[in-house]
Amino acid sequence: MGVFGKLKESLSKTRESINEKFENVVKSFVKIDDDLFDELEEMLIMSDVGVNTSVYIVDELRNAAKEKRLTDSGELREELRTILTDILQVDEEEKLALSGKPAVIMVIGVNGVGKTTSIGKIANMYKKEGKNVIIAAADTFRAAAIEQLEVWADRAGVNIIKQSEGSDPAAVIFDAINAAKARGADVLLCDTAGRLHNKKNLMEELKKIYRILNRELPDSSKEVLLVLDATTGQNAVEQARLFKDAADITGIVLTKLDGTAKGGIVFAIKNDYNIPVKLVGLGEGIDDIAEFSAEEFVDAIIGNEE
Amino acid sequence: MAFESLSEKLQKTFKKLRGRGKLSEKDIKDAMREVKLALLEADVNFKVVKEFIRNVSERSVGAEVMESLTPAQQIIKIVNEELIAVMGGSEQKINISSKPPTVIMMAGLQGAGKTTTTAKLGGLLKKQGKRPLLCACDVYRPAAVKQLQVVGEKLDLPVFSIEGSRDAVDIAKKGLAHAAKHSNDVLIIDVAGRLHIDEELMDELRRIKAAVEPDEILLVVDAMTGQDAVNVAEAFNNELDISGVVLTKLDSDTRGGAALSVRAVTQKPIKFCGMGEKLTDLEVFHPDRMASRILGMGDMLSLIEKAESALDAKRAEELEKKLREQKFTFGDFLEQMDQMKNMGSMSQILSMIPGVNAKALQNANIDESRMVKIEAIIKSMTARERDCADKLTPSRRARIAAGSGTDISDVNSLVKQFEQMQKMMKQLSGGMGKLGRFGRKGRMGFPF
Repeated sequence: MGVFGKLKESLSKTRESINEKFENVVKSFVKIDDDLFDELEEMLIMSDVGVNTSVYIVDELRNAAKEKRLTDSGELREELRTILTDILQVDEEEKLALSGKPAVIMVIGVNGVGKTTSIGKIANMYKKEGKNVIIAAADTFRAAAIEQLEVWADRAGVNIIKQSEGSDPAAVIFDAINAAKARGADVLLCDTAGRLHNKKNLMEELKKIYRILNRELPDSSKEVLLVLDATTGQNAVEQARLFKDAADITGIVLTKLDGTAKGGIVFAIKNDYNIPVKLVGLGEGIDDIAEFSAEEFVDAIIGNEE
Repeated sequence: MAFESLSEKLQKTFKKLRGRGKLSEKDIKDAMREVKLALLEADVNFKVVKEFIRNVSERSVGAEVMESLTPAQQIIKIVNEELIAVMGGSEQKINISSKPPTVIMMAGLQGAGKTTTTAKLGGLLKKQGKRPLLCACDVYRPAAVKQLQVVGEKLDLPVFSIEGSRDAVDIAKKGLAHAAKHSNDVLIIDVAGRLHIDEELMDELRRIKAAVEPDEILLVVDAMTGQDAVNVAEAFNNELDISGVVLTKLDSDTRGGAALSVRAVTQKPIKFCGMGEKLTDLEVFHPDRMASRILGMGDMLSLIEKAESALDAKRAEELEKKLREQKFTFGDFLEQMDQMKNMGSMSQILSMIPGVNAKALQNANIDESRMVKIEAIIKSMTARERDCADKLTPSRRARIAAGSGTDISDVNSLVKQFEQMQKMMKQLSGGMGKLGRFGRKGRMGFPF
């Protein structure tokens, strides 16, 4: 896929602000001292990495600096790059993987993070690869969510299985499974209604949908993608924790990275729950999605000397 | 390590403070460190936190606190006052134009909740006797217009749109003319979500503003927003000179530090907050209550206000007395449940009580549909059973289960929950006394 130029470009705003900041921080310290570490910690907190994770990262950096006897602030940057990249590194077997017929991708998350838009982009991505994609419109709650998804299905040129607004989402999923089987679809993409993770009954509904997918398609791979808005702060960790209880999250789609938000919260989530970021959303266009790369993401955050 | 709520965190800090007679400068420094961490974890912007801590420390360190008889109380007071000051003093209302129609324009990032808020606000104003017209100017997001039409219909509010038009400015202008012609005294303009760095779309907002001269420009902000809240708010405010903020998704378990951040950088009031998925879940934002909520005092005032509008005041008094005397019965419980249905969801109400933290609520697993079952069970009790005068023996329980069409296990679990609740209330009514010492108006008007 390698649309990383795009990621870089889209992250340029992010990059400018942090990169400049980093440059300033690093430049003003020729030698490494405590103040520099404090500044770096502050910088990470400002990127939504969170207090605990920022402290953890800076401690690692401090230890590494001591161990490797780093004296130059430039070396320190490379060390920080390594630490950050290591945290987010996605192993080969953790990459978005589809097997079985149909392979299942379910998209979940709180309201307004960009689930439906992401579904549209993912559908387009696989359609372009020549796959037969079916979308299940299981957000039956929000007004006009189905219509919105229909527009995306249309743009991507894929089929959509829907019922009327207010119908049982589990029933839509069940229908879609049968349709996918009957039509020999390669990928079944399930949209779900946005729900706040602290709403017990809505999370139960999600469990039910997930149960049905597992029961009806035991041999298919299931990618459960938690969509996170890069603008979100520390609450994203709670979102990951509680959605993880409802369905086995296999990855994160980090959306709205074309803004100024840094999305640093993914460090905390990877660190705490080992959930990898798999895709990033970079705009409202149908092609504005890319496979996640830790190197690119970290480069975009702390800059790259080249 | 799981997250503690800001309230819990600060409560813990202050507990430490409570234990001592006099505070040293170091104590204050320690306390401020905790406050700082808590605020940061609550997503308050780093710079805002720094400023806040500096202000509070300045006021705390020195004679004012040191010579005070109860230093801990003094610090709580200062922290609370500063929080209220940052979030903007007294509550704010919508600017109503003397020359109708009053024009309200929305703005915000994608997914903040503009369309939903547009509808909720329309519903709220309609309830106040206005005749709002909603105007669908989101010409970009697929089915956004349709969404506004659907929610408008649910609230029985007219929606103005121009099919096929891609000109948001034109739609807004014509919407205004339409409102004037059809004697709609409020026009609420929904717009597409956009990034604050998208110059083209920010220009569109400027042009809409110039065309309809809104009395009110509301920036809609997701309460879960992180550090970036300041950048977003600053940019929108610079471009549009917003008049206020709506904080959405406050019914999540977020600690909502964005409220502080946004307020601090824009100096514009937060006017409303979105509290749920239902189209009636929009509330006036009360800075003092938000501050007390952050401080762990619970949103006691909101609760009382809610309770007062839905509850007969005299019954409330009786119940309060019963609660104090621990004579709360199944019958009272049933009555409470009836009244609560008018007040919002149970978890919503419970979450406003100080000391009841979100985590405990999750474990409590409050399922609204269970309320129906509970109602049936209590209604199948005899009058004496409802009064807790007769002990619920196994055979009585079996009869109640049969009568209410439930299982004995349901009855058992209700009895158990009820007993737990009695216990909880006992603790709560005890805790209230302590809060009272800090001069809170925390009168317990409601037995949960």
